[in-house]
Amino acid sequence: MSAQTLGRMNLGAGIISVLTLLAALIWAFPLYWGVISSLKPETEVVRPFIELWPDNLTFEHYIHALTATQIGRWYVNSIAVAVGVTVITIISSMLCGYALSQLRFPGRKLLWWLILASFMVPTQALIINHFVLVADLGLLNTWAGIMLPQLIHPVIIIVYKQFFDQVPQDFREAAVMDNAGEFRILFKVYLPMNWGVTTALSIVCFIWTWNAFLWPFLSVTRTEMMTITVGITQVSDAFGVYYARELAAAVLAGLPVALAYLIFQRKVTEAITLSAGIKG
Amino acid sequence: MLTNRRKDAWIAAVLVAPFLAIYLLVFVYPTIQMVMTSFTDAPLIGDGAFVGTENYERLPSDPRFRTAAWNTAYFVALTVIPGTIVALAIALGVSRLAGRMQAAILALFFLPYILPVSVVYLIWDWVLNFQFGILMHLFDLLGIDRVPITKSRDWFMPAVAVVTIWWTSGFSILLFLAGLRSIPPEIYEAAELDNAGRWTTFRRITWPLLWPVTSLVFTISLISQLKIFDQVYLFSQGGRPNDNLVLVYYIFQRAFQQNQSGRAAAVAVVLFILVIVVSVLQFQLLRLAGGRK
Repeated sequence: MSAQTLGRMNLGAGIISVLTLLAALIWAFPLYWGVISSLKPETEVVRPFIELWPDNLTFEHYIHALTATQIGRWYVNSIAVAVGVTVITIISSMLCGYALSQLRFPGRKLLWWLILASFMVPTQALIINHFVLVADLGLLNTWAGIMLPQLIHPVIIIVYKQFFDQVPQDFREAAVMDNAGEFRILFKVYLPMNWGVTTALSIVCFIWTWNAFLWPFLSVTRTEMMTITVGITQVSDAFGVYYARELAAAVLAGLPVALAYLIFQRKVTEAITLSAGIKG
Repeated sequence: MLTNRRKDAWIAAVLVAPFLAIYLLVFVYPTIQMVMTSFTDAPLIGDGAFVGTENYERLPSDPRFRTAAWNTAYFVALTVIPGTIVALAIALGVSRLAGRMQAAILALFFLPYILPVSVVYLIWDWVLNFQFGILMHLFDLLGIDRVPITKSRDWFMPAVAVVTIWWTSGFSILLFLAGLRSIPPEIYEAAELDNAGRWTTFRRITWPLLWPVTSLVFTISLISQLKIFDQVYLFSQGGRPNDNLVLVYYIFQRAFQQNQSGRAAAVAVVLFILVIVVSVLQFQLLRLAGGRK
């Protein structure tokens, strides 16, 4: 390869990198714009020209949202629901994944097929009957009612099974020799060896539940029982036509999951790639 | 040995029970109920009389269903292929970067995907705001007439499609990056020795080797766009919901706003079957692709 073509290649590569960088900045701009608008006084937000930085930076909208609205209550609801769903889903999936991976029992094949088939179930098509079910149980407008239809993520079972399959059989045989029961083997051997994937799956399960909209929106009518993602779009009279206040509420609703992602970036991306059926 | 087997079966039953109970309660039971409801004239809460296939027969002449079916197809066309191409282009760009730079740039593209739909809606509603939105300021600068985007029949679906691509691309980018990483670098080195240009390398090496991931991204987004509701509903608030109906929106409107669960359930069954057909086709295609290797 001559020096000239090499130079052209490098130049081309440089241009592509710069373009990627530019595209990333444009891509993230609406996020910046939402955050920065929430830090402007209401009078600056409606100015008829573009101002990339506020003249007077203010946190008044955040103070307002946290003290004068129901956001605090919605936070509690969202956290309770997301933690509840995560704990129940992770534990039930782990137990089921372990049985599928390590035990031979009648109906094992059938169960496996049921789990694979459930990937195809569009839960959006079940909203009517979920509503009837939760209403029959008297759980509308409760945390349990918001949680119930969200308690299944079949993919988590599949990921667990794959990880348990990879644990060398020697560990199991040694434990069986020691007369350890299945629960002990699971919690003392298999689970500790898979803490990494357990935390990764827990984080994304929390994020998925925090972000859920359709079901929490349908199952709750009382404003004090809403999750934050529903509340900020349904109770607009709490904010009026104050654009900056609305955006401050949006930032507060997105902050926990955005932080969870930024702190656990690698875990989150790992779990999401795994959940799509690709080995990370 | 035999007692061991029996013991295993008991333990397995205990381990599987929590999942199976939830599965039966929130998947199987509602699915059966959905099919049964679709043959009745039931309201949202309470029983209805059996009406045979009437709810299905009414669908082709129901203008709202036709709007919903058309809009869903239109939305799929606006998002699935364009979204896949955008994500692939970004992934190719990001994959050339290295180290912290790559992590930082990827985070910028990925961040929207991690946010709740309502936050995405509020940010974009502000960007698109007719009076004060930054996009309208840009329109002014470029000499384009301002448009009340979320209230306009023509602009609504394309705008929601753009927002959806912006929101969900992070996921596809991630899958493409995983796919790109699994291509052995030796192949590229060999191509370089052969003096293959950038485009040839992409067309002859990257694209074919990436095909399994591409088809996965394509079908995952196809299925999720068939089930679209949240963004369409949120952007329709205070707008023209009846022009913007999609299938799930129709189900919501019929059941929860018009109290006609029977008719809503018929559409739910249609959606259910549609999603399963697409999933099965995807599975078969992947198997074919796998068999060819």
